[in-house]
Amino acid sequence: MQHWKQHIAQLGPFIALVIACAIFGATAPQFFSGENFSLILQQVMVVGVIAIGQTLIILTAGIDLSCGMVMALGNIVMTKFAVDLGLPVPLAILCGLLVTAAFGLLNGLLVTRIKLPPFIVTLGTTNIAFAITQLYSKAQTVTDVPASMTWLGGTFQLGGTNIAYGTVLMLLLYLGIWWWLRDTGAGRHVYAVGNNPEATRLVGIPTDRVLLGVYVMAGVFYGIASLLSVARTGVGDPNAGQTENLDAITAVVLGGTSLFGGRGVILGSLIGAVVVGVLRNGLTLLGVDSVYQVLVTGILVILAVTVDQLSRKGGR
Amino acid sequence: MRFAPAAIALAACSLLAAAAHAQNAPVIGLITKTDTNPFFVKMKEGAEAAAKAKGATLMSAAGKKDGDNAAQVAAIENMVAKGAKTILITPSDAKAIIPSIKKAQDKGVQVIALDSPTDPASAVDALFATNNYKAGELIGQYAKAAMGGKPAKIATLDLFPGHPVGAQRHNGFLAGYGLASNDAKNNELAKPAEVVCMADTHGNQAEGQTAMENCLQKNPDINLVYTINEPAAAGAYNALKKAGKDKNVVIVSVDGGCQGVRDVAAGKIAATSQQYPLKMAAMGVEAGIEYAKTGKKASGYVDTGVELIAAKPVAGVTSKDAATGTQLCWGK
Repeated sequence: MQHWKQHIAQLGPFIALVIACAIFGATAPQFFSGENFSLILQQVMVVGVIAIGQTLIILTAGIDLSCGMVMALGNIVMTKFAVDLGLPVPLAILCGLLVTAAFGLLNGLLVTRIKLPPFIVTLGTTNIAFAITQLYSKAQTVTDVPASMTWLGGTFQLGGTNIAYGTVLMLLLYLGIWWWLRDTGAGRHVYAVGNNPEATRLVGIPTDRVLLGVYVMAGVFYGIASLLSVARTGVGDPNAGQTENLDAITAVVLGGTSLFGGRGVILGSLIGAVVVGVLRNGLTLLGVDSVYQVLVTGILVILAVTVDQLSRKGGR
Repeated sequence: MRFAPAAIALAACSLLAAAAHAQNAPVIGLITKTDTNPFFVKMKEGAEAAAKAKGATLMSAAGKKDGDNAAQVAAIENMVAKGAKTILITPSDAKAIIPSIKKAQDKGVQVIALDSPTDPASAVDALFATNNYKAGELIGQYAKAAMGGKPAKIATLDLFPGHPVGAQRHNGFLAGYGLASNDAKNNELAKPAEVVCMADTHGNQAEGQTAMENCLQKNPDINLVYTINEPAAAGAYNALKKAGKDKNVVIVSVDGGCQGVRDVAAGKIAATSQQYPLKMAAMGVEAGIEYAKTGKKASGYVDTGVELIAAKPVAGVTSKDAATGTQLCWGK
C-alpha cells in the first residue's frame, strides 16, 4: 500500500508531462520537433539549475525564498566585474559564485546557529540580495559582456538539432546530484536530516553541519544558474530572477519532493521545471492567453501537494 | 534606562519640529511604479533637480514591482500626513489607486498623474504623459514603409493583459500600419489576421527572448516584430539572431532609453518611439510650486511629446537619427 502510493507521488510529474505533451502534440503541429524541445530546455535551464539547490533545501524540510534574487545578484556581480572592472572572465565568474555561496552560507548560519526558521531567514535575505543587486547595478542592464562568458548559450548540432551547451550542463548537474543523493553517505544524510532531525542527531550525524553544507551547495547552484542566465540573454540583468524565485519552488513541488522534507527524487524537479516550460511553449503555439498558463500551473501545484499529503497519511 | 523611550520620543519630536520649520518651501511628493526601471530612476532625478532649482522639497516613494498598488496607497497616505500639497504619481494600477487619490484630494492635495493615466483619466487633476497611442502609430507607420509592400507576418511582444499603456502602444502600432485595430480608449489588444503570434513579456528581456523563440516555433516566417519596450526588443533580437533570422526581420519598439537608442544605431532595432520622463517630472514640479504659490491647480492632459528615432529614414515618415536620440535619452 505504501509503495503503491509513493510511486504515484513520484510518477505523478512524469504522467503530467506526458499528458501535456500528448495534448500539445495533437493540437499544435509545430510542437513535436527536436528544435522545439531543445528550445524548451534552454528556456528552463536557469530555473532548472536553481531548482537543484532548492530541492536540496526542501529535502531538509527547509525552503529558500531567496534563490532567484541571489541568482540575480550573482548575474550582476559576474558581468560587472568582467565588464566594468575588466577582470578576466574565469575570475569574474568565480567572484559571482563566491557571492552566491556566501549568501547560502549566511542563510545556513542563521538557520543552524540562531535556529531561525528558513522561511523567515530567506524572506529577509531575498530582500537584501534584491536591494544589493539594484544598488550595485544602479538598476542598469550590463551590456558588452565578453563572448567567453556567454559560451554556455552557444549551440552544437546533434542529429540536425541545435543543442545549447547550457542545457547539457544542466542535465549533467542533475545526474551528478542524483547519484550523490542516492549513493553517498553525505547524500543520504540530507534525507535523514529532513526525515527526523532528532533521531539523526542521536545516531551521531552532525545535523547542523549537513544543513550548513546544503545551504552553501544551494548557493553554488544559484551561482551556476547566474552564469547560465548571462549566457542565455547575453547581458547582466538586474531584473533577472523575479519569476524564477517562485518558479523554482513550483518546479520542486511539481516534481514530487515533499515540503515536509525527507522525501523526493531530484530528477522530479527537472521534470517539474520542464512541465512549466512545456505549458508556456505549447500555449503560445496554440495562441492561448498567457494567464491560462498561470492557472494550469496553480492547479498542478495543488494536485502535487495533495498527492504528497495523501500518500504520506497512507504510508505512516 | 527607563527614561530612554521618553528621551527618544522627545528627540524625535524636536527633530520633526525642526524639519517642519525648514518646510516653508512647498512639499511635493513623487510616487513612481518602481525604483528599478531606469525610466523612473530618470524621472526621480529630474524631479529632484527641478525641486532643488526652484526651492521645493521633494519626497519620493515607489512600489516594489510594477503592479504594486498597496505600496503606492501607503505612499500617498504618508505624504499627505507629512504635509505634501501636490502628489505626482505614475499609477501602477489605473483603477485601484483611485479611492486613495480621492481621499488626498479631499484634503486639498493636488494629484497629477505622470506617464500613465488613471482609469478614468478624470480621477486626477491633470495628466502629463506620452501619447502612447501616437507612439505606437509612429512605429507602425515606419514599419509599413520599411516593409516596402511585403505582406507582413507580425509578432507582438506585449506587456501583460489589461494595462492601458500596453494596449495603447499595441493598438496604435497596428493602426499606424494601416491594419484593423482598436481606438485609443480601448484596453483590449486588437488581433487582425496579419498578427500571427501574441505573447506577454512584462517588459523583461529574458521573457522577451522566450516569447520570441516560442513565436518563431509557431510561425518561422515572422518578418515584423512589435515590442512593448526596448528590453523586450533586445530579447527578441537575441532569439532571432540565434535562429539566424536577425537580418530579415524588422523590430520596432517604444521608450527611447539610451541602451535602446544604441540598439537602434547598431541596427538591432529598426525604430523606436522616444518618450521624455525628465520633462514629465519637471512639469509636475512646476505645477506643484504654482499650486503652493497661487492655489491654482493644473488640469487636463498635457502631451509631453514623442519622437521617432530610426537609423535609416524612410520616405513619408519623419524621424530623428540615433545621434539626436542619444542627446535626449535616459538611463546609461
